[in-house]
Amino acid sequence: MILFSLRRFIGFAVTLLVAALVIFWLLDLLPGDPAQFVLGINATPESVARLRLQMGLDVPAPERFVGWIWGMLGGDFGVSYTQRAPVSELIWGRLGVTLPLSVFAMVISVVVGLPLGILAARRRGKPLDTVVMIVAQTGIAIPNFWFGMLLTLLFAVTLRWLPPGGFTPWHENPGAAFRGLILPSLALALPQASILARVMRTALVDVTSQDYIRTARAKGLTLGQAVWRHGVRNALLPVLTILGLQFAFLVAGTIIVENVFYLPGLGRLILTAILERDLILVRGATIILILAVTATMLLTDLAYALVDPRLRERSA
Amino acid sequence: MNTITKAIGLALALSTALAGVAMAQSTEVRIGVALEPPTLDPTAGAAEAIDIVVYQNIFEGLTRIDEAGAVQPGLAESWTISDDGLTYTFKLHDGVTFHDGSTFDAEDVKFSFDRILAEDSVNAHKEFYEPISSVTVVDPLTVEMKLDRQIGRFLFDLGRGDAVIVAPESADNNANQPIGTGPFAFLQWDKGSRVILEAYQPYWGEPVHLTKATYVFISDTATLTNALLAGDIDGTNNFGQEALGVFEGNPQFTILAGTTEGETILGTNNRKAPFDNLKVRQAMAHALDRQAIIDGATYGYGTPIGSAFAPHNAYYVDLTGTYPHDVAKAKALLAEAGYPDGFSATLKLPPLAYASLSGQIIASQFAEVGIKLELINVEFAQWLEDVYTNKDFDLTIISHVEPFDIGNYANPDYYFGYDNPEFQALIETLNGTTDEAKRKELAIQAQTILADDAVNGYLFQLPQTGVWNAKLTGMWKDSPIEGLVLRDIRWAE
Repeated sequence: MILFSLRRFIGFAVTLLVAALVIFWLLDLLPGDPAQFVLGINATPESVARLRLQMGLDVPAPERFVGWIWGMLGGDFGVSYTQRAPVSELIWGRLGVTLPLSVFAMVISVVVGLPLGILAARRRGKPLDTVVMIVAQTGIAIPNFWFGMLLTLLFAVTLRWLPPGGFTPWHENPGAAFRGLILPSLALALPQASILARVMRTALVDVTSQDYIRTARAKGLTLGQAVWRHGVRNALLPVLTILGLQFAFLVAGTIIVENVFYLPGLGRLILTAILERDLILVRGATIILILAVTATMLLTDLAYALVDPRLRERSA
Repeated sequence: MNTITKAIGLALALSTALAGVAMAQSTEVRIGVALEPPTLDPTAGAAEAIDIVVYQNIFEGLTRIDEAGAVQPGLAESWTISDDGLTYTFKLHDGVTFHDGSTFDAEDVKFSFDRILAEDSVNAHKEFYEPISSVTVVDPLTVEMKLDRQIGRFLFDLGRGDAVIVAPESADNNANQPIGTGPFAFLQWDKGSRVILEAYQPYWGEPVHLTKATYVFISDTATLTNALLAGDIDGTNNFGQEALGVFEGNPQFTILAGTTEGETILGTNNRKAPFDNLKVRQAMAHALDRQAIIDGATYGYGTPIGSAFAPHNAYYVDLTGTYPHDVAKAKALLAEAGYPDGFSATLKLPPLAYASLSGQIIASQFAEVGIKLELINVEFAQWLEDVYTNKDFDLTIISHVEPFDIGNYANPDYYFGYDNPEFQALIETLNGTTDEAKRKELAIQAQTILADDAVNGYLFQLPQTGVWNAKLTGMWKDSPIEGLVLRDIRWAE
């Protein structure tokens, strides 16, 4: 187990380093001078040159890369070109929206997706199964920004139950902050819930035909009892993997959903930073996202090993 | 099912009551704007988004620009100009305080201009103020400025967001905690979300009608539409023309269609053959059908222009008839210039909706006279590098959004490379003239030279189309200077 964890952990660190290198290199390849971009078309060449110097763009790339990595190890992500504030501070300020948003969306997708999947599996081939699967297929097909728009039109414009977007900080009014996250979490959760429902259904259907279910039935359990006691737990393994992978999609989804609902989250920060060529902010925020995603993968792997002893033994 | 719906509705209604949502009261306003400012210091950045929030609301200058683009007294209640036009003496308003309670006086004026002119100044338009050779405090309410050469539009430049008066104690923190003398004081900035201003009670000037103004940052047009329809915001200063149809004929909203300072041009590389040939440029001008471009790119809201000047300006002269749309004439001119079969060229387009839409229309209009355009879409940073810095382009489309930017044509190194000594001398005379009638005459001459020379293709003035709650009044229709001035905005009884 220790060896397994260690190996996973080294993989995690290497992934991060490679990702950092790729991000740095790709953004460095982008054409255009960030200093000119910040100052616009009426700036004098002297002020552009001065800003280039201030931004540290005169230093060769390898040196800047090492400095960047070294700074991040000490928690220093650099200072944003456009907002003139430390990147770490900017990112930290946005987590109060993106983190709850992703967690809500995750919870909704599990709470809605798994029971629907189980229900469909239990009624396999019946009309309910068909309906659930059609709904799930539609849910996967609908882009979440569009679904978000539909939600706004219904609940904010027509019914006026919920705000169409925007965010009141938690410390100011927790009720309003929560209300502001309801529609975006729903929009974000829909495709995830649909995927989970499908995976859960398939996994459970697979499991139901396994020998151990038959054995359980032979020992006198009803099919429902057998599936519940032995089936669901085994079917959860593939679901767990998917759940880990989905986190990455959720994070990507926040970029779009936060813009549709004008929420001050990390996704919106990144989009603005890209549009304004704030490379240091883009790099910092991307690394944080990669860290979050790879850390989730690592945890999923470890959790998987805990749930499934076979995996542990084989890798060790 | 019905009970469940009701229960959810009740629960949400209850939480609405508890949350006490910011429904617009009679003295508060929530305004949606597209871009969030990077900082809130207008003296340290070129971004228009800064001025939208702070200009004339939080910060004020010695003069201020009104809705018609004219200069009005600001913190200076009056001024005298010496006969040689080199010494300006400003009489300052008495009883003005900054939002932190400190008193405004001549020392603050001196500090603000010394700061603009300092070696390490980060002011985006330092060049406008560089002719100032000294700022002297005569007494607490009198300031004398000496210039080393005449600048005809000096009083206008003093009214720009770049020249607002800041206090020495607070200037360094203005980026995040702006403190000015304006009718609205900064209350709070939730980064990524909104900026809240509240009326400053001991304001020295005419009291304003609003008690609170919230700027909400929404960049997507569809989202903005929903926010307006749901009543989350009471208006927006510039709404995408393509979606205005939603609000046309809706009695709850007013559409304010006006102009901005943005002259949209078909930027032409005058250094390069065949565009260095006047006949070719004239042919291109004849090939352009402005109305079709305006209809296609701005949904009819743009105003046609015939030179590099804003139609709402007092010095404007209508030159749109200089080279009317005439395909036969365009072909004849091309033949005279030695291109009877036309030629091929590239059109580099920045990622702006008006540019890509205009580009396609122009390409088809040019095709009719035999000019084949290859459209190249580039990212904005790439556009800056290729077109603006390296001048590596044939044609481009861009809007020049600064007030009085006709002076760019006197710079032969500017990207379109127009080098006309006669024009350069004219601009120099214009800059050195303070007499209004004389200035107007010179400005008209300058516009006419550019139109005759067909330096660039002059397309249209970028429109500003605000959508506002029908009960709101006092918003500016035109935008002669970057800003969204809250001073006169009020709810109708």
